[in-house]
Order: sequence, then C-alpha cells, then structure tokens
Amino acid sequence: MDVELRGITKRFGPVTANDNVNLTIRAGEVLGLLGENGAGKSTMMNILSGLYAPDEGEILIDGKPVRFEGPGDGIAAGIGMVHQHFMLVPVFTVAENVILGVEPTGRLDYLDIATARRQVRDINEKYGLQVNPDALIEDLPVGIQQRVEILKVLFRSAEVLILDEPTAVLTPQEVEEFFGIVKSLRDAGKAVVFITHKLHEILAISDRINVLRGGRITGEGDPKSLTENQLAEMMVGRPVSFDVARGPFKPGDTLLEVNDIVVLRDNDEVAVDHVSFHVRSGEVVGIAGVQGNGQSELIEALTGLMHVSSGEIDFLDNDITHASVRERHRLGMAHIPEDRHKSGMIGNFTIYENMVLDSYYEDRFSNGPNIKWPEVLRTAAQYAIDFDVRTPSVYLKADNLSGGNQQKMVVARELERVTKLVIASQPTRGLDVGSIEYIHGRLMNSRDEGDGVIIVSSELDEIMSLSDRVLVMFDGRIVAEFDAIAGPLDKNAIGLAMAGVAA
Amino acid sequence: MSDTTSQSSLTEKLLQRAAPGRAEFEDLVVVPIFAVIVALIVGAFIMLATAVDITTIGRSYVALLQGSLGSLNAVSETLTAAIPLVLAGLGLALGFRAGLFNIGAEGQVVVGGIAAVIVGFSMPGLPWIIHMPLALLAGAVAGGLYASIAGYLRAATGAHEVISTIMLNLISYRLLDYMLGLSWMQRPGRSDPVSKSVVSSAELPRLLTDIDPNLRLHAGIFLMIAAVIVVYWLLFKTKTGFEFRASGENPYAARYAGIRASLIIVLAMGTAGALAGLAGANQVLGVLDRTTPGFSAGIGFNAISVALLGRSHPIGVLFAGLLFGALEAGGRQMQVDAGVSIDLIGIIQSLIIVFIAAPLLVRAIFPWGFARPAGRRE
Repeated sequence: MDVELRGITKRFGPVTANDNVNLTIRAGEVLGLLGENGAGKSTMMNILSGLYAPDEGEILIDGKPVRFEGPGDGIAAGIGMVHQHFMLVPVFTVAENVILGVEPTGRLDYLDIATARRQVRDINEKYGLQVNPDALIEDLPVGIQQRVEILKVLFRSAEVLILDEPTAVLTPQEVEEFFGIVKSLRDAGKAVVFITHKLHEILAISDRINVLRGGRITGEGDPKSLTENQLAEMMVGRPVSFDVARGPFKPGDTLLEVNDIVVLRDNDEVAVDHVSFHVRSGEVVGIAGVQGNGQSELIEALTGLMHVSSGEIDFLDNDITHASVRERHRLGMAHIPEDRHKSGMIGNFTIYENMVLDSYYEDRFSNGPNIKWPEVLRTAAQYAIDFDVRTPSVYLKADNLSGGNQQKMVVARELERVTKLVIASQPTRGLDVGSIEYIHGRLMNSRDEGDGVIIVSSELDEIMSLSDRVLVMFDGRIVAEFDAIAGPLDKNAIGLAMAGVAA
Repeated sequence: MSDTTSQSSLTEKLLQRAAPGRAEFEDLVVVPIFAVIVALIVGAFIMLATAVDITTIGRSYVALLQGSLGSLNAVSETLTAAIPLVLAGLGLALGFRAGLFNIGAEGQVVVGGIAAVIVGFSMPGLPWIIHMPLALLAGAVAGGLYASIAGYLRAATGAHEVISTIMLNLISYRLLDYMLGLSWMQRPGRSDPVSKSVVSSAELPRLLTDIDPNLRLHAGIFLMIAAVIVVYWLLFKTKTGFEFRASGENPYAARYAGIRASLIIVLAMGTAGALAGLAGANQVLGVLDRTTPGFSAGIGFNAISVALLGRSHPIGVLFAGLLFGALEAGGRQMQVDAGVSIDLIGIIQSLIIVFIAAPLLVRAIFPWGFARPAGRRE
C-alpha cells in the first residue's frame, strides 16, 4: 500500500506546524523522517493517522484521495501508529492488550481469547517478534512492550506502520534487535515510517530519508550517499559541530568537597554508599554509570533534596550537609534536574514564571512581598533570546513548548544566575542535535568562566565529550576514576567499570 | 547598531501577550453561562416531575428573577447573601490554588462566628472604630488557627486535609452547641441555645437604612471587595502567592525551587481559614447579631461551589458568589410567590456545579456555542 501526502498544511493558532508538506510512503520500504523537536514530525504523523484534520492538502492511498474524520479512520485504512509513549494495560496479558477494542467475540459477547492468542501467535511468527502472548505487560521489559505495540497495529491489519521515536526508550542491544524487526516488516511488504532525530539510526535503517525543519520538508536523500554532517545541516539549517569547543584546562580552588556521604532511599536501602570526591573551579566532572546505581540520589543529596545520613558536604568552605535547597541556591549552586517535567518546570505556568521558578525571591525580581513582574518579563524575554528558546511569546504556557525548548528554558534559568557550581543531570536527554550542541556549549562556557560543573548522563558519549574527569558509579559507590587531561579516555575501560567489573 | 535594534524588537515581540485563545474564553465564560441555563431547565423538569404545573413553574422563575434583581430590596438581599459566600469562597480558592482541598470552610465559619460574637458582646463601651475591627479580627484569627490545625496535621504527619477538615467541621458544630449553653455566653432569660447579642459598637453598620429601614445591606460589602483585591494581589503579585501556586501546580518543582512545602501548606490553610472565619464574623456582626445552632447555614459548603464555579480566580469567585447570592435571595421570593420550596434552589445550585464539572456534557448539549466539537483536539 502506498500513501501520499500532498500539500498538507496544519496550523495551531498562530503556529504553523506543517507547511505545504509533500511525502510519499511506499510499500516494502523504510522511510526515515528526520527532524528536530518541534519540526512538525509528530503533527504530520497524527494527520496521517487521523488524529488531526489538515487545514489544507490531501491524503492519497494508492492514488485515491481519502478523508479521515477521527483517530479510528487511520487504522481502518491500514495506517497504524506506534507512539513513543506506550498505551498498554499493565495488568493485562499481551494477547489481551493486542485485542483490546477489536476483541473477537462469539455469541452473547463471549470473549474468544483462544482465537485471539492463536492470531497473536501467528503474527508473532510471521515477523519474528518473539513475544509470549500470555505474559503480563508489567512483567515485560520496555523493549518487549514496544513489540506489543507493534503487534497491536499488525493485528489491526496495518499496511503502513508509523514508528514515532521508537528507540528513545531502548538500550543499545534492544535497538539492534528492534532494527531486525523493522527489516522483517519491510521485507514482508509493509511500509514503515521511522521517525527520529538520531542521525546514526536513520542512516542505519532507512531506505530513503526526508528531513523536516520548521514544518517544511527541507531535504530528501539516499542514506547511502549522505553523511551525518549533511543530515544535521539539513535538519538544523546550519553546519553543526559534534565536537565541543573548550578552553584550556585551568582548574582552580576546590569548590565542592564530598566526604564519605551515605544516602538512604525511602525504604532504607543504601543508595549512595560512602562516596567521596571533589570538584574544582574550571573543571567538568562527569559521573557515568548505568541508570539506578545511585547517581540520582547523589545529585539529590548534593542539591538538598535528599537527606544525607552520614558524611559531610562542603561547598565554598561552608558545611552544607544539612542546608536547605534555598541556601544552596544562594551560595551559587545551579541544578538542571534530570526530569524537567517532574521537577524542572511547571507546565501550567507561563514561560516567564518558569524562568524565575527558583530565583523569584532574589532582590532583582522582588521588592518586599511583591514580585516585580515587569522586571521578570523583561528578563525572561532576554533569557529566551540568549538561550534560543523558540517561542512566539513569554506569556505562553511552558507545556506548549517542545521538549528541546523546555530544556533550554530550564538551562537558561539555571545558568543566567550567578553560579559557582553547575550540576546538570541528563542535560540533553531526548533532545535534538541543535539543542544538544547548544546546551553543551553553554555548559562549557560555565566551565571556562571558572565554574565547577558536574554532569550526570546515561549517554557515555556525552560524558566523554564533556568531562575533564570521569567518575564511574556502580551500586552506590564510585568504583573508578578516569582523567581526560592526561590522555584520551578509554571508552572500553569506562564501560567495564559501569558494568561493575573491577578495573 | 542595527543589531541592537533587531534585538530589542525581538524582545518586544516576545513580550507581546498572545491573544487569549477561544478555548480559554469558552472555558471561563461560555461553559458557566450554559451550565446555569441547563441547570435552570433541568430544575424546571424536576418541578414538572413533582407535579408542579407549568404556570407555577413560569411564575417561580419570574419570582427568582424579581427576588434577586427586581427591586432595590432584592439587590440588597442578593448582595447580603453574596458577601459571606465570596469571603469563604476566596479562602477556598486560595487553598485550591495551593493544591489543598479544604472542605472545612463550614467549621471555620462557625469558629469565626463564635469568636466574633464573643468579642462583640463582651466589650461594651469600646468605640466602634476599635470594637468592630477587633471583632472581625477575632473571627479571622479564630478561623485561621482552626484551619491551621488541619494544615499542621497535613504538613507534619501527612494526614489528608479532606479528612481532617471534615472532622473539624463536626467538632465545630458540637463546640457551638456546647458553648451556647455556657452561662456567660447564653442570652440571659433564655433556655434555648442563643448567644448574647452583639452590641451596636461591634456591628457592621447597615448602609441603606436611610432609604428604607428594611434594607439589610451592610458594610461587609466593603470587606468583600477589599478581600477580592487582597487575594488577587496575594495570589498573582507576591512571592507568597507564587509559592502557593507553584506548590499547587507541581509540588516536586516547588521543592526543587527551594519552596518549603510544609510552611506553604500551613500558611495557605491559615489564610483560607482566616477568610472563612471572616465570613462567619461578617454574618454575626452584619446580619444575625448573635449565634444560634446552625447559624453558618451551609455557607462553607456553598462556598466550595462558589470557588469551583469561579475557577479559583478571585474575580471569578466574586461573580460566582454574586450568582449564588442571587439564587438564594431569589429562591426566597420563589417560595413566597409560587409556593415552590427553597430546596429547589439548592438543587439548581448543585446542578450548576455538576455541569461546570462536566464541560464536555455542556459542549455536547450546546454544540453551536463552541468553536469545534468536543474531544477532537488532544
């Protein structure tokens, strides 16, 4: 089945999300759709699956124009979407989830679960998905849950599969297996649309690539003849550098001294187990480790969000072991939290309110009990310009920004204060190249201006490209330290330390 | 040079407020208006179902309008009924903004009223300029402290404020019954539970007695207007208000931002209780002159509806309170003119809230009133 989008335009209020987009999807082919966050990829796919109605343009299936009135129409026409966030019932089995909404029923609404399981098994075998139809969703790892989502659309006889950022939640091994599944779908004659902002993935899996920027198709090409740099340029609209520019390494005085601290989780498990380290002015200390090895708790203890059971934290010669969050802010600690939605911003607040979320009390923004809103507004607009937060107005709710712009908003707020130590947790998770490059540059700026910087990331590449020193955490302890100044970092050795293999 | 001008024009552009969306307007204005209309229609059906004939139904709605807006006396009654609802509603709205679902306004009204009446009758001889503010203050402080108990329990132990405020309501009723039997509180020569009367120096003076001695509108209306302004200022212009709203919207982000959640909870509950206590004091000093069992008359519960209808916004609460005041004043007229029970007004008020809480239902009933059919946009 071939699908063609012709002259699709979609506006949300003043924002044009898709501007005269033409796109062809062919059977037996993987179409890679590349674009930054907010480029209009998701809008386009929501139009294709019937969730949105386009303002202009038409959709043709096998040459015949069709009109979708609601979300059911897309899948009825054979276009299935696998969302980035799964929509599964955790306490149901795989088979029950797959048939949900299109249950095979007998007389008196009898649920024919045996038929359902057989059908699920057939699809399983046909595409090599290897999912047990009787397993409970909550027991399955994320990678398998994703296959259940794919099973769901295949069960509804989809001929076109739209995969929205499918690898965002997968580990590198899972990505490999996932690519195998995509290829088997393609070889079985399905049309696959693979949406991502990761360059190496799109080159690895696509048969054809379309690049979207600012709601328009800005590039089209053959993955065999394109390089990552060319793609990045098409995507961002200017040459992108993958190397982080940095000044010479000039470490100064010790800013932060962590001495033998222990942090317990709510259930009294040891999260951080007698950790000691220090951070000097003008250096970037990267904390590497597989997620869940105590990095999050360590950061929360440093920033005052978690209680330190024993040990001591000194910051600028003050004992801050039990200081409040506010006191640490005042001393010049900036914190870019790992989950911006949960704690870094308030989605229902405007951009200008979010820009002063943790500095509204400072003298520059307040006067007695009053907040100086005109001053806040002016400053927020300035921050938005300085940090390239793309928004039509600072009065907009933060929820209406794309992920990259939300993160830039958070980073702007934290770095525009007078800082001494910047603690950045997963600063670029889920962001596109343009934003990543920008945020990395800003963090390096802080380092070159003499701040200490701590970076926690689950992306080892990010740690390696930014850090002057790398600490590896495993099971709550720092198990290894690597110096990037003495010589190039050994990725292999860091990887082994992350896995808990003693160096 | 051109760089700086383009920069400043960019700033200008970012500082332009986007025109309020059609959806926002619909949510804030169109839905409530339709909710009121639907509630009145359903109310008519209920009367019909209880064997009230059509002409009486027509007459009762005319009486509702006349009794709430039809004369100076009607307007005076509407405003008098609205004052405590707006005051207590503002307190609840403030709590909602801070993420606290305070069910205890009724109890706070009661203790506020008790405190105000005690100050009101026990200090004769004080000049009114001291006595009246003092009585009001006593009501506010008592309501504030009473609500703070629930706030403290929430902050210190995690006890949910919905449960604790409901229990505090029950305690306040019995406290009132008990105190009305105390010899220094009970009116001399009476065996039924009635408190002594407030002396005139503590009363909120009536404003329109020069026109007609029966007009009950009193100086509490200035209190109401002042409270709307103060709560607006507090919520949207101050650091404390920012902390309230941040805690209510996203407690994790508030904690991350260094806002002390426990302090905010106690503070927000205390302020909310003070406003409810003020509502109680207002009733005692402006309308009733004394306390009797059940003098609170459900103000604290109706105020929940007022706060919800007003979308927890001070201006919205003002209009919602005026509407509810009008329904109450008009309802009395309805009872007199058409013989329809005032309970019907309670039903209509509740229906309004049901329809407000179910905007999709209202959209489905009046599809032509809205930009696009319900549920199409994410």
